Amino acid sequence: MKRFDVIKKIVETLDDESFIVSNIGFPSRELFGIKDRKTTFYMSGSMGMATPIGLGLSLALEENDDDRKVVVIDGDGSLLMNFGELVTVYAQNPRNLIIALIDNEAYGSTGSQETYSSKINLSDIANSIGFKEVFFVDARKSVEDIDMSNYVDRNGPIFVHIKVNPGNSDAPIIDLSPSKIKNRFMKQI
Amino acid sequence: MVLDSTDVIYEGIKDAGINFIVSVPCANLKKLLNLIDEDDEIKHVPVTREEEGFGICAGAYMGGMKPAILMQNSGLGNSVNVLASLMKLYKFPIIMIISHRGTFGEGVYGQIPMSKATTKVLDSLDISYYKVENPDESREIVKKAWDLSFISEEPIALLFDIMYWKRGVCCEEI
Repeated sequence: MKRFDVIKKIVETLDDESFIVSNIGFPSRELFGIKDRKTTFYMSGSMGMATPIGLGLSLALEENDDDRKVVVIDGDGSLLMNFGELVTVYAQNPRNLIIALIDNEAYGSTGSQETYSSKINLSDIANSIGFKEVFFVDARKSVEDIDMSNYVDRNGPIFVHIKVNPGNSDAPIIDLSPSKIKNRFMKQI
Repeated sequence: MVLDSTDVIYEGIKDAGINFIVSVPCANLKKLLNLIDEDDEIKHVPVTREEEGFGICAGAYMGGMKPAILMQNSGLGNSVNVLASLMKLYKFPIIMIISHRGTFGEGVYGQIPMSKATTKVLDSLDISYYKVENPDESREIVKKAWDLSFISEEPIALLFDIMYWKRGVCCEEI
């Protein structure tokens, strides 16, 4: 199974109320092709910023007593680029944040060059930082074990480490302007 | 009590309704960070790197908050791409309250190169900035910077050089 299969399963098992922040490149494009939602923020241009954006949104929702969840669909290359963000998430401890880390050990959008996640275990790192809710799903053969409803009722922050094989689908280019993505997202808040 | 050069920035933050602040510390921002920590109306998020802070502020803005970032000008160098490809591309407002190190009075040589690059980097990014020199104008400028950032949907930088922090406030009392 590849990233596309996991994203499809995430969207199928996630309620429409929850917000999604998706990572640069193919993850956002695949998500857009599978199901465009007004509650999705397609992040483009800033590698490593999906999780920080998700964290900021989570904290804002908490400040405003909004119980909806935030799901970040991040990647291994992206997380490695700004590793400090994981520490900030842990320290800020947002109850409503779920990081779905799709780990294909590759920079998928640039030609599947290998990342260092083939040499280290990203869930071990989340555990060692102190995350209490860390889940590992090996989805290389099947996506059966991926069910977002298992996570949305738990208190976060939740780190779901999903291992897949590298490879991209024939995903479309997102034909929404950045302002449109932002403005329609904000109307759902 | 007579306000000092930090108090007037804080008052401007309050006037602007800023309620979400991310920070990477600077000795010059020390007192301001303490004031923010003690303020229950402001959510303060220390970050590991300024770039990450901009992402967090973008998310917080979409969630209904009014964001600012406190940092040194070195942090501007760490954040060039996120400013261009996230904050400007998606039109996010934010005010950057920047301790401009490497200016007259600097004692650390490592601060000099980024000091000289600071306004050029901002110009390259086409980001508006204002050098606040007189603490008497800080309160008003911070408020106006947020208002302009909000209606223009663009980040705006306020630069406070080393001598700024040593200047007094002549008129304002609370």
